[in-house]
Amino acid sequence: MASIDLKGVRKVYQGNVTAIHALDLSIADGELVVLVGPSGCGKSTLLRMIAGLETITDGTISIGDDVVNKKEPAERDIAMVFQNYALYPHMSVRQNLEYGLKNRGTPRDEIDRRVNEAARILEITPFLDRKPRQLSGGQRQRVAMGRAIVRQPKAFLFDEPLSNLDAKLRGQMRIEIRRLQRSLKTTSVYVTHDQLEAMTLADRLVVMNGGRIEQVGKPIELYDKPASLFVAGFIGSPPMNLLPIAALQAIAGGTMPSLPTGTDIVGIRPDQVVVGSGEGIALSGTVELIEPVGGESHLYVRVEGLDQTLILVQQGRASVGEADQIDFVLPLAALHGFNKESGLRVD
Amino acid sequence: MVENRPWLTFLTHFVLICGVVIVVFPVYIALIASTHGPTALSSGMMPLLPGAELWNNVVQVLTEQRRGVAPFWLMAWNSLWMAIIITVGKIAISIISAYAIVYFRFPLRVLAFWMIFITLMLPVEVRIIPTFAVVANLSMLNSYLGLTIPLIASATATFLFRQFFMTIPDELMEAARVDGAGPIKFFRDILLPLSRTNIAALCVILFIYGWMQYLWPLLVTTDPKYYTLMMGVKRMAAVSDADPQWNTIMAAVVMAMLPPVLIVIFMQRLFVKGLVETEK
Amino acid sequence: MDTKRTVFPSQGLPYLLVAPQLIITIIFFIWPAGQAVKSSFEREDPFGLSTSFVGLQHYLRLFQEPAYLASVGRTALFALAVTLISMGLALVLATAVNRLIRAGTTYSTMLLWPYAVSPVVAGILWWFIFNSSTGILPYMLEFFGMRWDHQLNGAHAMILIIIAASWKQISYNFLFFLAGLQSVPQSLNEAAAIDGAGPFKRFWTIVFPLLSPTTFFLMIVNLNYTMFDTFGVIDATTAGGPNQATNTLVYKVYTDGYIGLNLGSSSAQSVILMLFVIVLTVIQFRYVERRVQY
Repeated sequence: MASIDLKGVRKVYQGNVTAIHALDLSIADGELVVLVGPSGCGKSTLLRMIAGLETITDGTISIGDDVVNKKEPAERDIAMVFQNYALYPHMSVRQNLEYGLKNRGTPRDEIDRRVNEAARILEITPFLDRKPRQLSGGQRQRVAMGRAIVRQPKAFLFDEPLSNLDAKLRGQMRIEIRRLQRSLKTTSVYVTHDQLEAMTLADRLVVMNGGRIEQVGKPIELYDKPASLFVAGFIGSPPMNLLPIAALQAIAGGTMPSLPTGTDIVGIRPDQVVVGSGEGIALSGTVELIEPVGGESHLYVRVEGLDQTLILVQQGRASVGEADQIDFVLPLAALHGFNKESGLRVD
Repeated sequence: MVENRPWLTFLTHFVLICGVVIVVFPVYIALIASTHGPTALSSGMMPLLPGAELWNNVVQVLTEQRRGVAPFWLMAWNSLWMAIIITVGKIAISIISAYAIVYFRFPLRVLAFWMIFITLMLPVEVRIIPTFAVVANLSMLNSYLGLTIPLIASATATFLFRQFFMTIPDELMEAARVDGAGPIKFFRDILLPLSRTNIAALCVILFIYGWMQYLWPLLVTTDPKYYTLMMGVKRMAAVSDADPQWNTIMAAVVMAMLPPVLIVIFMQRLFVKGLVETEK
Repeated sequence: MDTKRTVFPSQGLPYLLVAPQLIITIIFFIWPAGQAVKSSFEREDPFGLSTSFVGLQHYLRLFQEPAYLASVGRTALFALAVTLISMGLALVLATAVNRLIRAGTTYSTMLLWPYAVSPVVAGILWWFIFNSSTGILPYMLEFFGMRWDHQLNGAHAMILIIIAASWKQISYNFLFFLAGLQSVPQSLNEAAAIDGAGPFKRFWTIVFPLLSPTTFFLMIVNLNYTMFDTFGVIDATTAGGPNQATNTLVYKVYTDGYIGLNLGSSSAQSVILMLFVIVLTVIQFRYVERRVQY
């Protein structure tokens, strides 16, 4: 149980490729922080640097009060859950769980106690004597987590652990991980590229892009007030509509509000667009495609003069059909303003 | 089989039976010869069916004392130990070399790799004299060391292990590291158990290779006490012209052939795997 | 030429691990090879007391020496014959086995075990069969009016070693051809059959071309085998005779160097062989790429 502090952490590969630009991050004791971002943004690299599997070019990483830059992974008292489970194929489940403890010289009865307890929590007791290849994906993932739990480390590090599971299993495991972390209260860093996982698991969310941190905060904060174009477009599904002011001006000049200087892109979430008439930027377009997802419908609308297709979300069934005309309004209160050049939010 | 053409199946079996006959023929002849008395073979009209003298011939081979050649059982003993030492030695040094090259980054790594690679291009036949000179200078002639050490450093086993290690997922090693395993523990607890089948396959191939060695033992032993079975059998046969005792020679030949042949037959799957993996 | 993504940080351990192999390699492979190259440029005086540098003299001599050139030709003939015969027979047998499902494994076992027979023993076996006084084949050949004597007739001797060497190698080639054939997807055969091609036509137009990597690979390996591993066969049967008729390059190195003690010439011959192996190995790794592709 410890906090994790990253100060000025930088990673440059041979050939002068900067994977991580100097960044700072503080993770509180007991928190579940999710690192999210597109492929290549550096989230896995950062996680592996915390683990000690990658070297640090600059800066310090501290776990608890210790600066761990030079320490071997085993000395950092962390446990890792890998995307591909990384279970030792020739060992039984029990032996997999014991391995880390044995290497630390933990006494036999303590090992047994912890292994049985972890197996109970994760409901893998019936499998203890089987080999990994006899287990399903979900079971293997639980064994991988068991291996992390028995160590009772200062922090858990998760490297996209659910990516190899099917959607339904992913949903179930997500809940289990959340429950587990809440009950064990272990500091956790979780890497994923799936923004839904990120939103639902995180105490705090860290959005990364191109080796830099775009925004840190509670998931809802990032959703309600994205600090940059990137975060705005990344968090939330379906993604936020991002529209250039200039084009809007040309179409809906009259209804355009006055916006703070520097704003040249305006964003609005699909579910906040009001169909019909009302206060706000008035637009009208043709419905290209409707995706009836069940509880709601996603409408893809083409507006004359705009390059982007707008996405609208209506609760329940759609009120119009494909190829119909639709009028809608973008309420002022729901608008997010961004400056194109800096990519940042303008308030 | 795509269509059903009975005559083609017949042809297939016919071809295969011919093949088996060609392949088995010499050994069959040898077997027959080893079961007859000395006179039955002195003319070209060799009997084609087994005789009753097998046991006598075998006993004679095992007990006779020939000048200039060591007793049969001693040569067999030498061959056995040579093969075992080569097998164990080669596997041991190759697996640790491959481990170093794959799992560590150190300044001489690439150089080490190419030096090992070079051994593929230097079969013993192209360096007979100088290698002999080195062995002689190190006083390793007429010894088990001299018979085996020069043969255990070639690259095929190293490459096989390297190739195999490359297919092991990175995360396995990372998980082991996080679990507190250093390089030696990782090697012992994880890598070695996973390499079991490869090691077994190599054992089969290398034992056969070691047993079959002829040129090198020929060069390196002058004392009959250290002759290997292959050398001995050839000398028996080469005593030629002066009335060779073919029946006993063939008995000896059959006995010399037996260990590797039995291994191939009973460990066929491992043997096939070993051959295919070392040549890929 | 990569390592894994993550490596162990130890700096000393890897050296310890590669040391045994490298030490042995240097002492018994590289150093002697270097010595061979060096000796090939030198000539020893008759008493073995001093050596003098003679440059490329040995090499030039060799290429003018009829005995050497004859040996080159012989070796080429030998290599070609053994490769063709053993690969040809192996291919036929592998194709046949591939057609069978159950009996296939039994036939395979019966065809594979000769791999375990050493070249020396193979030589002895065939020598026994062809032995002019007691062998069974000369006896049968007499019925055809042919007098077999490989101890007097050079051509007979060559045929003998070709047969013995080919016989031994059939298993190896068979194994690899079988593996290669089994990797040709059955669906291709079926598609061709639907397209109207009979079994023989299918073999030549579809299977054989797809087999070419295996074929090429085996050609290299067989060349290597005939050039070097056949020493035992020759020593056990003809010892290079009669009258040099079976004195292949590798055997000549042995007779000139170890027996004849002509160090300079034998070293030059060794170096030439070395160059040949290097070329073969380079070809093998470049074109049979599998090994180098990671």
